[in-house]
Amino acid sequence: MNMIQTQPHAYKPADYKSAVKPVWCPGCGDHSVLVSFQRAMAELALPPEQVAVVSGIGCSSRLPAYTNCYGFHGVHGRSLALATGLKVARPDITVIVASGDGDGFSIGGNHFLHACRRNVDLTYIVMDNRIYGMTKGQPSPTTEPDWDTAISPGGTGVSPFNPLVIALASGANFIARGFTGDVGSCARLIVEAVRTPGFSFVQLLSPCVTFRDDQQKEWKKVTHEAMVPETDDPGRAARRLMSDDGFNLGILFRGHRAPYQPKPLADLDVARLEAEFAL
Amino acid sequence: MSASQAAEGLSIVLTGSGGAGVMTAGQTLLEAATSCGLYGLMTRSTGPQIRGGEAAAMLRLSTKPVQCPDDKFDILLALDFENVQRFAAELPLDSRSVIVADPSAGEMPAFLKASGAQVGYVEMKKLAKTVAGGRISMVALGALAHVVGLPESAIVEAVAASLGRKKPEAVKASEDAVRLGAVNAPALAVPKLRISTARPAGRWSFTGNEATGFGVLKGGVKFVAGYPITPATEILEWLAHTIPQCGGELLQAEDELASINMIIGASFGGKPAMTATAGPGLSLMTEALGLAVASETPVVVVDVMRSGPSTGIATKSEQSDLNIAVYGLHGDAPHVVVAPLSISDCLFTAQWSVHLAESLQTPVVMLSDQSLGQARVVVDRPQDVTFDTKRLTPVDPIEVYERYALTESGVSPMSLPGMAGGQYTADGLTHNARGTPSSQAQDHVAQMDKRRRKIDRFDFGEHWAEIEGDGDLAIVTWGSSTAPVREAVARAREEGISVRIIALRLISPPQPKLFEAALKGVRRALVIEQSHSGQLWRYLRAHYDMAAEIVSIPQPGPLPIRPGEALAYIRKGAQA
Ligand SMILES: Cc1ncc(C[n+]2csc(CCOP(=O)(O)OP(=O)(O)O)c2C)c(N)n1
Ligand code: SF4
Ligand SMILES: [Mg+2]
Repeated sequence: MNMIQTQPHAYKPADYKSAVKPVWCPGCGDHSVLVSFQRAMAELALPPEQVAVVSGIGCSSRLPAYTNCYGFHGVHGRSLALATGLKVARPDITVIVASGDGDGFSIGGNHFLHACRRNVDLTYIVMDNRIYGMTKGQPSPTTEPDWDTAISPGGTGVSPFNPLVIALASGANFIARGFTGDVGSCARLIVEAVRTPGFSFVQLLSPCVTFRDDQQKEWKKVTHEAMVPETDDPGRAARRLMSDDGFNLGILFRGHRAPYQPKPLADLDVARLEAEFAL
Repeated sequence: MSASQAAEGLSIVLTGSGGAGVMTAGQTLLEAATSCGLYGLMTRSTGPQIRGGEAAAMLRLSTKPVQCPDDKFDILLALDFENVQRFAAELPLDSRSVIVADPSAGEMPAFLKASGAQVGYVEMKKLAKTVAGGRISMVALGALAHVVGLPESAIVEAVAASLGRKKPEAVKASEDAVRLGAVNAPALAVPKLRISTARPAGRWSFTGNEATGFGVLKGGVKFVAGYPITPATEILEWLAHTIPQCGGELLQAEDELASINMIIGASFGGKPAMTATAGPGLSLMTEALGLAVASETPVVVVDVMRSGPSTGIATKSEQSDLNIAVYGLHGDAPHVVVAPLSISDCLFTAQWSVHLAESLQTPVVMLSDQSLGQARVVVDRPQDVTFDTKRLTPVDPIEVYERYALTESGVSPMSLPGMAGGQYTADGLTHNARGTPSSQAQDHVAQMDKRRRKIDRFDFGEHWAEIEGDGDLAIVTWGSSTAPVREAVARAREEGISVRIIALRLISPPQPKLFEAALKGVRRALVIEQSHSGQLWRYLRAHYDMAAEIVSIPQPGPLPIRPGEALAYIRKGAQA
């Protein structure tokens, strides 16, 4: 839970934007994620210096430097581990993790499971474009089996996995899906994710206009608000997510697990530990 | 040697099959000897079984502090002979050694017979059965105490201390068993240990791994993440119960990729952070170590080396991770590599590692090893050392902030989350002084120069090496090889051979000027190390101009380098 005192100061989305110009292609969904992030932070009225944005490698992972918060652009796939260390060491800081479907579900898949399981108070935003954008169009764990690429001619023939189901099974406390075509809704999901204690997973369908030119128009058509309200019942959420068409938007699960935050027992003088060795 | 002679020290090994209680007996013997004023060392060796299986507790007891095993064992106490031949290479014995065994143990293994050692028998099994709750290992300890001249009371007290006062019947049974062993001890020509009656004050008992844990806490570490691996796990286990008492946390990570990234995250948040691992884990960490270099995030990684490559011999020592520690990172990635020079020096070197990492905002790899980490020593209380460790942070209020400012020292003020005006994005991408990603040649070179500069210009002080002695023959060594080499040098001096020893605590960055001065007047230098390919020797050849003739003496693990072996090299090296 973020116990940050809301400042009397009112923040505007622009207060969270840095002077660095994004490298993203014009029209890339990630631009909208950045705008949603800024809006969410302004709504939460978090002082930018109290927020850290951690990421791995990929187009999506470039996000931290475009914010005016603290940021860590680390190595491919390890953002959740880095963010876990930061949050456990500095529980006073709001830690947001930005990732992509390759970064988060392929090379970083193991950390995803354990971050859900551990339930540290993090907000994990995965910009899912069902492709490796940065390396120019290879399939990811969420790519359709028949999507033709140079490295997988004719498609991989391998079924994609459903990261929301995995998140639920692994213990994530908050699971939501948004589409970057609707910035306001994405911002609202991020606000709710940050407000919900524990590990919050937000999948944002973020079209890659360069290597997936099919996505933007199509997703506008097929995405839809979830028909039923959010649930805190994992059994019900599981059934919903298992039969989900992948385009159901909104908060799909919000549980009540207590976040993991080890607390130091005391702050004794280290020298006293010599009693462990003295004969 | 006659039995009436007093011994400066004795090396004793206890062997037996699983469940025989060899390790507990060894621990008890060490404790008893300690209470009689002796210093000591105990290392363990076990068979490949996960639980139980044959085991050897190897002790060296001495009137003077000892930091490594001696050349051979004076006494082998076999609770049984089961699979003891597995340890043959680890248990040098000769005709002056004695073997204490149970006559019902069956045929003595060939290597023991071949040693020519004198054999004495005690009916350990039979005698133990005559005491209700009596254990074979206690009868054995009683006999052993008698043979080496330790009072039975010292053994009994050590047993009582380990059992706790709560179990009077068990203590009584042990007492009776110990007595029976002593009464029935064989008469063997072993010099008695020179003991004192009063327990000396100010002694410590710790393993190298525990000392490492204490060292990093003394250095200011507040966050630890790690993944279990032999022989480093005890560092994590020791820290798991101590760090929460000192305002910190320990996390068990899902793998080493996670542990290194977790500590980078914690350190970015302002908490000095470390992890401990062994070679396989260090291999997984190298990508993120490069991230720590590029993002200038201080972290300490302790590698408790074991025989490699791959899984190798997980329980046995080797100094063969020097290459990966120094060269394992891709790109040009200056960082610091250090190594403790003895079991007890793990304390100092670990504390120093944190100081270096924090001062230089860079990763420090400390190369400990199994022979240091898992050995227990009894030593005089180590001296307290304090460093003025402070991470450079920007002055408040922060006006215009450049995280990677091109300072003269190369170290730039590092802001921490929460500091208003200090926001920046730490990055593994090449960046400019502000931290903004850049693919410009001048930014790449300026930042690489800066990162090189901060390490090259740093004054590592006198701690970079321990240098003793003079003469035109020198031994250059590092880490755990230092202790046996030191003993060999002392023995050589007694023979009239003067030898200089240069033991490197700082492996990287190299210190060419200091090294040149240390080698002044040296005609020949022997490079003694525990690796197969001479990793230190190659490293020295790459980084130092050396006028002296350099002789590489690499000795791979898993067997320890013994002082007598080092002495033989010295004798040979001293010849024209
Ligand atoms: C260890 C490592 N392996 C491979 C790469 C190359 N690489 C960079 S980004 C990327 C995939 C990124 O895909 P995704 O996370 O979906 O991000 P997107 O670009 O689509 O936003 C890969 C394979 C790398 N940087 N590091
Ligand atoms: S390649 Fe795709 S994901 Fe990357 S910036 Fe361009 S549109 Fe976005
Ligand atoms: Mg992608």
